[in-house]
Amino acid sequence: MQIRSMFFKANAAAALANPVLQGNMRTSKGKFVDKRRTAIADFSAEGGDFEALRDAAAELRDRVLKDLDLWLEKFEAAATASGATVLWAKDGDEICRHVVDIARRHSVRKAVKSKSMLSEEAGLNQALEASGIKPVETDLGEYILQINNNEPPSHIIAPVVHKSLDEVADLFEKTHRTPRKTEIPELTREAREVLRSHFLDADMGISGGNFLVAETGSVALVTNEGNGRMVTTLPRVHVVVTGIEKVVPTMEDLSLLLRLLIRSATGQHISNYVSLLTGVKRPDEHDGPEHLYFILVDNGRADLVASEFQDMLRCIRCGACMNHCPVYQTIGGHAYGWVYPGPMGSVLTPLYQGLNKAIDLPQAATLCNQCGVVCPVKIPLPELLRKLREKQVEKNLRPWFERIALKGWAWVASKPKLYALGTWFGVRYLNWLAGADDRIRVLGVAPEWTLGRDFPAPEGKTFRELYAARKR
Amino acid sequence: MRVALFVTCLVDMMRPRIGFAVIRLLEAAGCEVVVPESQTCCGQPAFNSGDLASAALLAKKVIAEFEGYDYVVAPSGSCADQIRNEYPGLLADDPEWHRRAVAFCPRVHELTDFLANVAKVGKVPGDFAGSITYHDSCAGLRNLGIKDQPRHLLAKLPGVELREMPGAEECCGFGGTFSVKFGEISAAIAERKCASAGTTGADAIVGGDLGCLLNIEGKLRRMGDERTKVLHIAEVLAGGT
Repeated sequence: MQIRSMFFKANAAAALANPVLQGNMRTSKGKFVDKRRTAIADFSAEGGDFEALRDAAAELRDRVLKDLDLWLEKFEAAATASGATVLWAKDGDEICRHVVDIARRHSVRKAVKSKSMLSEEAGLNQALEASGIKPVETDLGEYILQINNNEPPSHIIAPVVHKSLDEVADLFEKTHRTPRKTEIPELTREAREVLRSHFLDADMGISGGNFLVAETGSVALVTNEGNGRMVTTLPRVHVVVTGIEKVVPTMEDLSLLLRLLIRSATGQHISNYVSLLTGVKRPDEHDGPEHLYFILVDNGRADLVASEFQDMLRCIRCGACMNHCPVYQTIGGHAYGWVYPGPMGSVLTPLYQGLNKAIDLPQAATLCNQCGVVCPVKIPLPELLRKLREKQVEKNLRPWFERIALKGWAWVASKPKLYALGTWFGVRYLNWLAGADDRIRVLGVAPEWTLGRDFPAPEGKTFRELYAARKR
Repeated sequence: MRVALFVTCLVDMMRPRIGFAVIRLLEAAGCEVVVPESQTCCGQPAFNSGDLASAALLAKKVIAEFEGYDYVVAPSGSCADQIRNEYPGLLADDPEWHRRAVAFCPRVHELTDFLANVAKVGKVPGDFAGSITYHDSCAGLRNLGIKDQPRHLLAKLPGVELREMPGAEECCGFGGTFSVKFGEISAAIAERKCASAGTTGADAIVGGDLGCLLNIEGKLRRMGDERTKVLHIAEVLAGGT
């Protein structure tokens, strides 16, 4: 996917000025946050200890990342023994080459897809189309985006969360050329009817993978619509595209992560479908693919192993960080400009796409740590964002006036007499700006502040002046 | 006990009365209060902007100025969090300074935490009468566990009616330099906070961090709300507002 993170500010401003989007964001915010909270309360009421699960999951993910190469080799051996083929992709282009090669090898004309963020990283749909293979998204959200001129997703688990029912109704009416539906069940039924024929005549299914289980060579898929099961069992060929960090050692480990992932993501105790797929169709089986391929993707991940950003690889893609992020809640996912939005995206995008292509993202956070406290695998997201800011400073990527302002402030603050003088002038200047009603409507030294709010005037004198006078 | 007041740069410049309110509260709690005169800033703006050299320079200055007292109290969860939780890591490469930071930092407290959990005050001098909704500032809440302390102290004022707002724990959108780098997003988040607080109809929005309070007050006034007071918890507890 082409990165547009350099236009973050302009995209955010457009999002703020879009009343439909603002309404949709308000609706979704409450739902995600409330559902997660209820699910965790239920878990505690049943005697569960969610915090202990988080600790165990963070420890598990760290343990896997420490020997990632060994667990991947183990997975490869088990998957190969089950009849699957394991391929490796360095980057998005290599993902596309592998998938197109597989499609050609098996004379594929149409591929049905269930949700995969890796395919967004790679721009896989465009690559398939360019090779004459028709990709059909079957996740309802992804389908809506595909028929809306290949719009990118705005959320990692709810790709179409930015759209209203009305917008979807309009889109279905236009695309399917059917009478306009206004109820959700009617719309989903219509999508189902359209998609059913695609499932039946597709030659290939492409899915992501929530986890890979090393001991069995299986892929675990967490879905709610049932399309994932159709994609992975009906076509002759199944291709799994997922990141190398998704491997876990055992089924037991998988169950730990599933308990956390689903509650953190949708607030369900368990999703409608949890599929565990191992190997190709065996002679005594009635369904399943004849050919199963795993494409395990690096695309920047290996560089994070053993780096100061390794904690980010613990991520299990639940979306809780963005659901709870005050910035994401305000501007939605598209403004972030690449595949992953919200706090996890603001860490991953500069790391995977280059620090200089996403200058605003690590800065576009209040560091409120709401993401840190909801993350099911305890990724210290604010700390990672701050570390990226350090990298920006080290590489001289910050604007000159910001560097001078910070250095200047610190230098003055290290000289108490100068600081006292500076603040003496400062408060008087601000009071002069404020005028009679004690508020500043345009703040020249920090104009962004007064774009949407006033700046209250200082009281008059500084504390240190008043305190010194009182002591005398 | 000798308690040093870390005024914070925002209180120094914008709201000196909060500093004096803290002195009244600490003295009422039986503390001998000292205000080191050379104090300036804890260095958080530099730290959060990735300028570690500047942050370390100011961290050393704070430690040198304040390590001689039994306790240090700041009317800000954000500054107290910066000192308590970040200084040791920031100075990790310098064994001598790291040792001093580790010895010093646990004695640094956010105001309400100090009053409730260290001084364990039985009563507070304030006389506020009216309804209050309390905004939990992020760093204090999530990094220092400041949640019950201000409510426990407010409950000591018979004239105060606490009305909790929905989403009291949600960020107000201030975020330090975020508020001037992404002003429109910051103000939009503040608008949500003001709306939440507004549903309570409380006379005052009260909090423990001046950055958040300036943000909330500035948004309220821009929205045309001239009625709702925005107060620091120290002013409410110390009285005279």
